[in-house]
Amino acid sequence: MDTLGDLWSSLFSFENYGELVVLLSNSIIAAAVLGIVGGLIGVFVMQRDMAFAVHGISELSFAGAAGALLIGANVVTGSLVGSLLAAILIGVLGSKARDRNSIIGVLMPFGLGLGILFLALYPGRSANKFGLLTGQIISVDIPQLGLLMGIGVVVLVALLVMWRPLTFDSLDADVAAARGVPSRVIALAFMVLLGLTVAVSVQIIGSLLVLALLVTPAAAALRVSSSPVLVPLLSMGFGLVSALGGVLLALGGSLPISPFITTISFTIYVVCRLLALRKRGAGRDRGAGRNRGAPLAPQRAALKSAGS
Amino acid sequence: MTPDSAAAPVLSFADASLGFGSRILWRGLDLNIRPGEFLAVLGPNGSGKTSLLKTILGQQKLDSGSVTLAGAAVRHGDRRIGYIPQQKLIPAGVPLRGRDLVALGVNGHRFGVPLASRAVRRRVDELLADVGATAYGDQPVGELSGGEQQRLRVGQALAGDPVLLLCDEPLLSLDLQHQRGVSELIDRRRREHNTAVVFVTHDVNPVLGMVDRILYLAAGQFREGTPAEVLRSDVLSELYGTPVEVLRSGERVFVAGVPDGHAEGHHHADPHRGEGAS
Repeated sequence: MDTLGDLWSSLFSFENYGELVVLLSNSIIAAAVLGIVGGLIGVFVMQRDMAFAVHGISELSFAGAAGALLIGANVVTGSLVGSLLAAILIGVLGSKARDRNSIIGVLMPFGLGLGILFLALYPGRSANKFGLLTGQIISVDIPQLGLLMGIGVVVLVALLVMWRPLTFDSLDADVAAARGVPSRVIALAFMVLLGLTVAVSVQIIGSLLVLALLVTPAAAALRVSSSPVLVPLLSMGFGLVSALGGVLLALGGSLPISPFITTISFTIYVVCRLLALRKRGAGRDRGAGRNRGAPLAPQRAALKSAGS
Repeated sequence: MTPDSAAAPVLSFADASLGFGSRILWRGLDLNIRPGEFLAVLGPNGSGKTSLLKTILGQQKLDSGSVTLAGAAVRHGDRRIGYIPQQKLIPAGVPLRGRDLVALGVNGHRFGVPLASRAVRRRVDELLADVGATAYGDQPVGELSGGEQQRLRVGQALAGDPVLLLCDEPLLSLDLQHQRGVSELIDRRRREHNTAVVFVTHDVNPVLGMVDRILYLAAGQFREGTPAEVLRSDVLSELYGTPVEVLRSGERVFVAGVPDGHAEGHHHADPHRGEGAS
């Protein structure tokens, strides 16, 4: 009974909660911004079929951050360097989907191994080490939070500005190129934005769990809508709820925030799938009534006469 | 309408050659396509039909010679060209409606905050009506049939009011009814707006009644002329260097006896070989 109670209080203890919220308001705002950015870029990650690339970039981002930790440099900077390097490599070498997957498959274990090496050599506190893999936003200081939020806003604005050409290129690169969309520039710019977003997300939920902010919200939104306006809005909303909810719940206990974020975003996804199932079921019933009603009627009549 | 032979050509190839490595696709190609003219490009797989389109789009450089659009060298992303690609089914779950697909043809190349102006919406409505797609303009593209998606792509290609339409197997995997519908849209466009059409296909039959001229590519060579001039047993036998028979059945044309190996190692299992004019 006592252990259960201990577990509960380590999960949730809301003493001094209000003070904590005020104290950590910067982290909370940063998480909110990044939830929104992750949700938005996720829509294009899904359309360009780049979930695996997100994971690959995040492992090199981890290596960069671990390297920075080891040499005493700024962790966010290190993470950015690793992330951008990986994103540009994948963008330049892997313009075709098959090349891309093999390049990511080669880069990812190399990055992870490098990161583990740097951490093994790092003499400092182990909490810092673990944080890079599973998230640590509470421990990010205020100037760095400003940097994270600034990057988030840059990505948001850039995505809006290149929205149409990026949509065109994601849907049909050949036709887009024929119509004057600078495909290579668009593809590379998108990889840079993805690299920036991943580097920032690694700081919040850690390199292992980046997909929960960059893929799950968009995947959930695409389950329930096909509207070009509603999907990005829903996806940003889901990202926001996951990131913000995760931080606010984690404040009440001693656990890291990442399991809260991943659980919330997964729950949203499951609910969206169930909603889609129900909607499709209803649609199928309607479709059956509309399309097959007439041809079925004679068959039914035939069945009836055969039965009688 | 017969193409205006006095008008300046929309598209010109002059002594154009293209090959990959030691393999020649075509050499010494001279070709003028005039406004309103419908050119069908035929030939087996690997004969350079798609590469021809890529040179026109400025995505593939010629080995020698020149290709010009309205008198000037072709360039990448020229918006006077409308491009209808091979029918690739857009999967369910793509967050675009029919009208968004068409709108990409209007302003998909433009950077800036993606708010559609009233003028763009009106233009998209016009284009949807032109291609008979108004009824499903608001449905998600992933839920539409291949034929419906292809109609929308025609609308998208017409958005820039093109002087030249490039079509790369636009009827592939469509049923007969949609083949007719889509090819009639393309035919109407060139009749009403004098748009020249270059139509790559493995089967000329769905468009045989519309074609003014045929460019037949095979074995590193080509033959060019009206359907009656090119789709003949002696002409194609000479082109392939082996006896080939052109059979006519009512309105349809079939080429029989096209030798193996003309796929040049690509697409060995071509289900269309021996059927249609390929």
